[in-house]
Amino acid sequence: MDFFDRFAIPHPSPVIYASMVAITLTLVAIVAGVTYTKKWGYLWREWLTTVDHKRIGMMYLISALLMLFRGGADAIMMRAQTALPENTLLDSQHYNEIFTTHGVVMIIFMAMAFIMALMNFVVPLQIGARDVAFPRLNALSFWLYFWGAMLFNISFVIGGSPDAGWTSYFPLAGNEFSQSVGTNYYMIAIQIAGLGTLITGINFIVTILKMRAPGMTLMKMPMFTWSALITNLIIVFAFPVLTVALAMGTIDRLFGGNFFTTTDGGMDMLWANLFWVWGHPEVYILILPAFGIYSEIIPTFARRNLYGYKSMVASIVLISVLSFVVWVHHFFTMGQGAMVNSIFSITTMAIAIPTGIKIFNWLFTLWKGKITITVPMLYSLGFIPIFTIGGVTGVMLGMSAADYQYHNTMFLVAHFHLVIIPGVVFAMLAGLTYWWPKMFGFMLNERIGKLSFWLISIGTCVAFFPMFISGLDGQARRMYTYSEATGFGIWNMISFVGAIMLAAGFVTIVYNIYYSTRYASRDISSDPWDARSLEWATHTPVPDYNFAITPQVNSSEAFWDSKKNGHKLFPGEYKEIHMPNNSGVPFIMSAIFFVLGFALVFSIWILAVIALLGIFACLAHRSFEQDHGYHIPVEEVKETEEKLGGARQ
Amino acid sequence: MKIKGTLILLMFAVMTVLTGCEPLMILNPKGPQAQTQADVILLSIGIMSFIVIAVFAILIYMLVKYRASNQSDDYEPPHIEGNHIVEGIIVGIPVLIVIVLSIVSVRSNYLVEATPEGYEDQDPLVVYAQSSNWKWHFSYPEEGIETVNYLYIPTDRALEFKLYSEGPITSFWVPQLGGQKYAMSDMVTTLHLAADAPGEYMGRNANFSGEGFAENTFSVNAVPPDEFDEWVDEVQDTAKPLTEDKYKELLEPGHLGQLTFSSTHLEFSPPPEGEHGGHNHGSSSEDSEEGNMDMDHENMDESHDPSE
Repeated sequence: MDFFDRFAIPHPSPVIYASMVAITLTLVAIVAGVTYTKKWGYLWREWLTTVDHKRIGMMYLISALLMLFRGGADAIMMRAQTALPENTLLDSQHYNEIFTTHGVVMIIFMAMAFIMALMNFVVPLQIGARDVAFPRLNALSFWLYFWGAMLFNISFVIGGSPDAGWTSYFPLAGNEFSQSVGTNYYMIAIQIAGLGTLITGINFIVTILKMRAPGMTLMKMPMFTWSALITNLIIVFAFPVLTVALAMGTIDRLFGGNFFTTTDGGMDMLWANLFWVWGHPEVYILILPAFGIYSEIIPTFARRNLYGYKSMVASIVLISVLSFVVWVHHFFTMGQGAMVNSIFSITTMAIAIPTGIKIFNWLFTLWKGKITITVPMLYSLGFIPIFTIGGVTGVMLGMSAADYQYHNTMFLVAHFHLVIIPGVVFAMLAGLTYWWPKMFGFMLNERIGKLSFWLISIGTCVAFFPMFISGLDGQARRMYTYSEATGFGIWNMISFVGAIMLAAGFVTIVYNIYYSTRYASRDISSDPWDARSLEWATHTPVPDYNFAITPQVNSSEAFWDSKKNGHKLFPGEYKEIHMPNNSGVPFIMSAIFFVLGFALVFSIWILAVIALLGIFACLAHRSFEQDHGYHIPVEEVKETEEKLGGARQ
Repeated sequence: MKIKGTLILLMFAVMTVLTGCEPLMILNPKGPQAQTQADVILLSIGIMSFIVIAVFAILIYMLVKYRASNQSDDYEPPHIEGNHIVEGIIVGIPVLIVIVLSIVSVRSNYLVEATPEGYEDQDPLVVYAQSSNWKWHFSYPEEGIETVNYLYIPTDRALEFKLYSEGPITSFWVPQLGGQKYAMSDMVTTLHLAADAPGEYMGRNANFSGEGFAENTFSVNAVPPDEFDEWVDEVQDTAKPLTEDKYKELLEPGHLGQLTFSSTHLEFSPPPEGEHGGHNHGSSSEDSEEGNMDMDHENMDESHDPSE
């Protein structure tokens, strides 16, 4: 393809032009707004250069919500296109790009960011730490993710989006069959964001292992921290595989490599193997933090300790191990024979055992409890039935002979959405509502929140249950259209209605944020839910240093103990607090990564070399820098604590 | 919550009933392999419904019984660490269920990977099924004929499909005869099927393969054996042979109607199996290297530009 052809507008459709105008207007509005209110300095000092885990968490949160709507718009377009047989709303190519970007945006840029948001905000507070182990690397992680996401998102207005499915199987994703730059975007944007994730993985493992409050042994960690620890271990094992696979794919596409071609020694199924060796654990990277969140919320609102703490820990550890030995179930139909399929069929179904243990433990946490139904609790309770249906259909898919019939059908689509939506999205919304007061100092409105819950949970059922039926009736996934004679029309129409309900649910969440920001009371205590773990033991808003005095812990519910059993949580006196300095380098370096990525996508080699030098310059700058942070003097700590309502002793 | 639980339960029940009664394609099998798969699916739906109902029942019970509004204000929930008997049950029952399902899964997988039961004593009909963008080419090497986008198959005879692809990975799927299997350009996979009843069945590529994927379908005509022999004779008498040039023309990306030829492409464009297999790089002889090279050039020359 000629050099300039690569930049062409992908589809001469009104949707794309409208998006272009919208993007430009939004950018202009942001720049004008910040300039008008003279907030550039504030923005730079307080946010772009921040190394505070709480602020990084909030930035992840905003990005994740934006990406939720970006991926959601794709979803609505897909369901609208297939709502009627022979529909011509989208053409085939456009539809292919949309389902590809829907998958990538939702998994990599929405769900991952959402778990990073909550993990960043909550984990250091929950273990009684002042920040993560490497605050500056944490900022770098966020900005790499952010700029990776930006790079991916400009694909749909400049040059065309990837169109080979979020799995990007070769040779379809190779140059021969996918000639636009779309798949270049895929390879490089995910690579940049993935680097950030890998760094986070290392950062949080060190944080959790080395920075726990005195007394917090591993078996006294709150469940969310446990799930975060295991999640990050999976990240550190799985993401390097993705890094390598994407690098190989990039070499194939940009430099004429032959790793995944079907000629000259390449193997197309090698990509599938590498992709799923990362991709299956990735599913558990998403779901384990969700399990952690539910394990915090259900005890809080059942007013009881988590049932079977030890078996909960054992089951996440077991799930993390099993998550690495099931990837072949993604291609039972590749022809590897009954023996290999049987082994992977058994390992796959085995995951149902630890998952089942967790479900029953949550149910038994309700036993003899005193259940109050708040919005976070609603999501946690709604999760159980819907996720169970998604989970048991997963066991059905795990039976390899039957999978020959389910594979690549709408049945599969129904299964994984009914796992991921209640598993991840519900958990994130539950966690968002639950920790919102700690983050922002006011509660989200309960009535609007309940409305959102009902719209989202009923919408999920209406959108995805019909797909079981159309799948069993032979509808393959990723078909942009079908004939009326197939009889799929009615099921797809119901799905579309469900998708609209889901969209309405998400809109009400935004409305809730707007409404509560304006009208909610700021006069809430630091512990509005009467919760159990350490993050609620500090003030709201949380001061920069989190805890004026390092807490002393003696159970997995330290704060509850201090409230009910009179355990002294903060022994000792104020001391000087050592804090890290802000830095602009993570932001600048990641922005250069964006430039490098853009240059590589379009094979602009000179720019790529310049950007690469810029990255090395940033690395060199850091290695010669002397920065030992700063100290907050005792007087200032005292002053802050008094201002925030007196020290909790 | 109660209403919602019942609602979901109701929906799942309706779904189960629907899948049981309506002739959904996968649950309306017309061959022994599809029959095995349908049996596995129905059995697993049954066992899984049991689990779903158990979870729903416990959830509803807990929510009704232990709701704060049903309790006195001074009730303080107890601290309960766990219970070995309860935990033994919640581990033990899933383990038993997974063991049962594993046995079913392994047995059925060996069944569908072998010559269909009851057809072991006869030679299977071998058909090479090759996908190209976005068509299906079916070669009958023994009969010396080839069709595009439709299959004629005899009933009550084992069928052995040899699957491969010219281009992206595709998946050969005739739901009513049995599950799918991938067709790839660097290896040949084997799929065993058989049809019990005459009829016309839907077949398609189930694996996303680019722009023309949705229309990448074919029809399968299952006819009694003597009728099949008549059809073969008729094709041999009336259809034209498939020339190399015509074959290359057919490989161009796009859609076609149904075509019939009285010779196959297997001689001049061999499938990637045995010596020609993409996975046997070391052992390839000179000739087959050339064969592979030829195929490569075809790829290059025609460059499969979707925008063409």
